[in-house]
Amino acid sequence: MSVITLQLGQCGNQVGGQFFTSIMDDLHAPLTAINMSKQANNDYIQESQETFFCEQKNSSVPEARAVMVDMETKAISQTVTEAKRTGRWVYPERQQLHQKRGSGNNWAHGFCLHGPVVREAVLDMVQREAEKCDRLGGFLSLLSLAGGTGSGVGAYVSEMLREEFPQAFMVNQVVWPYRTGEVIVQNYNAVLTLSHLYQTADAIVVMENDELHKICSQLLSIKRIAFRDINRVICHKLTSFLQPAQPVETRTGYGKELGSKLQLLVPHPDHKLLTIRNIPQVSDRAMEFSTFQWTGLLKHLRQMLIASAPMEEGINWQVKVEETPRGSSRHNRSLAASLVLRGKDVQSADPSIFRDPSLYSSWTSADIGLSVSTQPRSFCGYEKCAALISNSRSVVQPLDHILEKAWNMFASRAYVHQYVKHGMSEEDFLDAFVTLEQVVSSYKSL
Amino acid sequence: MTQSIVVQVGQCGNQIGCRFWDLALREHAAINKHGVYDEPLSSFFRNVDSRYDDPANIPVGGGKGKVKALKARAVLVDMEEGVVSEMMKGPLREVFDFRQHITDVSGSGNNWAVGHKMYGPQYREQLSDVIRRAAEFCDCLQCFFLIHSMGGGTGSGVGTYILNLLEEEYPDVYRFVTSVYPSAEDDVVTSPYNSVLAMRELTEHADCVLPVENQALVDIVNKISQALPPTKTGKRTYTSVLGSEAKQGSAISGGDGGVVKGKNERPFDTMNNIVANLLLNLTSSARFEGSLNVDLNEITMNLVPFPRLHYLVSSQTPLYALADINLPPRRLDQMFSDAFSRDNQLIRADPKHSLYLACALMVRGSVELSDIRRNIDRLKQQLHFIHWNTEGWKTGLCSVAPVGQPYSLLTLANNTCVSNSFTDLRQRFTRLYKRKAHIHHYTHVDGMEVGDFADSLESLDSIVAEYSELQQQMDRPPPSQPRLKVVT
Repeated sequence: MSVITLQLGQCGNQVGGQFFTSIMDDLHAPLTAINMSKQANNDYIQESQETFFCEQKNSSVPEARAVMVDMETKAISQTVTEAKRTGRWVYPERQQLHQKRGSGNNWAHGFCLHGPVVREAVLDMVQREAEKCDRLGGFLSLLSLAGGTGSGVGAYVSEMLREEFPQAFMVNQVVWPYRTGEVIVQNYNAVLTLSHLYQTADAIVVMENDELHKICSQLLSIKRIAFRDINRVICHKLTSFLQPAQPVETRTGYGKELGSKLQLLVPHPDHKLLTIRNIPQVSDRAMEFSTFQWTGLLKHLRQMLIASAPMEEGINWQVKVEETPRGSSRHNRSLAASLVLRGKDVQSADPSIFRDPSLYSSWTSADIGLSVSTQPRSFCGYEKCAALISNSRSVVQPLDHILEKAWNMFASRAYVHQYVKHGMSEEDFLDAFVTLEQVVSSYKSL
Repeated sequence: MTQSIVVQVGQCGNQIGCRFWDLALREHAAINKHGVYDEPLSSFFRNVDSRYDDPANIPVGGGKGKVKALKARAVLVDMEEGVVSEMMKGPLREVFDFRQHITDVSGSGNNWAVGHKMYGPQYREQLSDVIRRAAEFCDCLQCFFLIHSMGGGTGSGVGTYILNLLEEEYPDVYRFVTSVYPSAEDDVVTSPYNSVLAMRELTEHADCVLPVENQALVDIVNKISQALPPTKTGKRTYTSVLGSEAKQGSAISGGDGGVVKGKNERPFDTMNNIVANLLLNLTSSARFEGSLNVDLNEITMNLVPFPRLHYLVSSQTPLYALADINLPPRRLDQMFSDAFSRDNQLIRADPKHSLYLACALMVRGSVELSDIRRNIDRLKQQLHFIHWNTEGWKTGLCSVAPVGQPYSLLTLANNTCVSNSFTDLRQRFTRLYKRKAHIHHYTHVDGMEVGDFADSLESLDSIVAEYSELQQQMDRPPPSQPRLKVVT
């Protein structure tokens, strides 16, 4: 099974480059560091490579199954060069599309103008890439919500993929902007993008820059944080979810492929927003001096989940799981969750504390809500590590914040003329607000 | 990569333009060591094979070809010959295409009407041809930069006429205008008339205006010369590599600059360099690589919430590079603080005590994301933002620093303080207008009506009113509108 990655906009392309590099770093880890036999390691490498890369005819360096789209040239050419420089993987030729002029942070410019212009060309690239797959498992789109290209063209391309590949699974990984300081119209762009993605994507994986920034500074002890640090954390999260792991039970519809993972995590179309929590995350220096036990890791991870914390540092341990009626619990309730455990003695890990029915909404039972996969191979230098992908109420807060800000701005009609100029109307804004208010309300009622 | 065309009009516009091209060449020479015609260079320059009479364009291609001869993507317009013909003889002459300039001999006599209503229509066809020729050399023209002064006749009159022409013929290309506003002691008596008449055109037809006040430039230059010990030449941008000289009698001010230092430097050069650097820093992120690129269209998108309120107050820091580079990293934070002090603004205004509608930080050089975030968190407590845009920051990170400096910061702010300058201007305007002084010089020109004065004043008033209405929301934000309710 293969997954085609679409890199959209500057952010999407930078994250994409890091994504494939992170996978390769994982696959090239020395045998001494991974706690695994050579044979088993080869199987792991093969499975991962087949998913995200394809072999080149005349070269031993694999080629990423990727399509790159941006409206300006710089980000793409930079990413392509950096990939080549790793010596471990390259981008396929002629699978890059750029225009000369960016979307200027304007969602309408991306969606209404650039989208239709690039439609055919993007579709050609995707089809070319799809033909290289023995079996197409789905699409992973990487984009940010703030800008104009990733968000506007990204929303357009997602709609197009849905039309052209109605059966394929689609995950959108969206980078949520910092609360301040990136793009002033980011809340408009985010509201418009999310409302469109909600109609087309099977799942939306949310990465919040503010939280990633905290992880970089507090857990990884990075002094001067740059975007490449943030992107590395994003890719650590994504790969911890997407790299091969074996499902513990074999129930119907429960496989290791992208589609079945998503089906379990998104049991209801009103709830599509996923977050990924990882433990442990420490700096390389601290890693030498750290040992971890499965019991401790899982206990922390569970508290991160119920206290809705992005990382293990500074979790609120006061939050307790309570039996309360729908929509009123203090702890973060989930609709579904997927636990991926990687590393030494993984069989001994006991995930039963995640099977507590009070963790889940009243209409999903814990045995349907939770799926567990394991992988004895160590991951990214961690002897043991766990990732929890959850569809939970914790996304309400950032979503509510964006809606609030965008609505305030919209009430003064500030910046609206910039969108109207490219063919949008005030009704389009209102539709987007309505869609997302509904999302907020259905998550709140979990 | 997109291209931009600089349209420099009048004496002041051409002198600033001249400094711009000089500094732009210097910047690219410092970065592009092998003399390759690459994409960043192509945004403002053509590469031509000058063996031919009408030099053929050499495209960027793979970005590996050598520079043969560079031609500025510029259009030079003046209604006198002096400045432009001086430039055509000066050290930058090779850079300008002799087909790309339009001059007359008699000047506009410091009269907006002569520039706008007489020379404009008279030269319309020529202007249109010259601009079209420059535009046809671009494969993706994104932006026009108009440089002019507000006080004189040609810059304000012909300049705003060209602005209309650009809007008509290239509606999709952005129009950025750098306007030099006269100081209160300007020696041109009619400068308030010219400025107010020109302002109406800027309000209606520009996408974005970067007002620069002559007096603010003088103050900054004074500040720099005081801060620098006389022996050290730590300042970077105020010396010229080519040593080209500006001519005296500049339209931007009648000699009240008064900062003469160095041998070859003229006071106007240092002032014009500030403005030239403004344009270089503004476009750096669109030209060079960075982890957070800011294209030019993003500037209007983020900083112009309402179409007419497109006047951006700018500041550049640090003003000078200190000789001792071993200063503590606090200097980086100081750069951010300085950018918000009233001393560093290119108009005389105090943004800190007025209301921000939006603010952009365009950073160049060795600055990391976390440095910017730390400073935003620190600064936002001292600044007032409008209630619907409390987090109204736009940031750009360009990895290429200006020549000779580790880093630099350009801030662009849409701030209500800009209207104070407009009110000042209005006062000077009404002082003349009350007595109908000099009006007949204007109405003599065909097509100029007395009503144009009243209309322009009204346009100015409405801008001031819009800003002050917003300013009032600083202390008393209106009640917020309830969000949409979901019916369950």
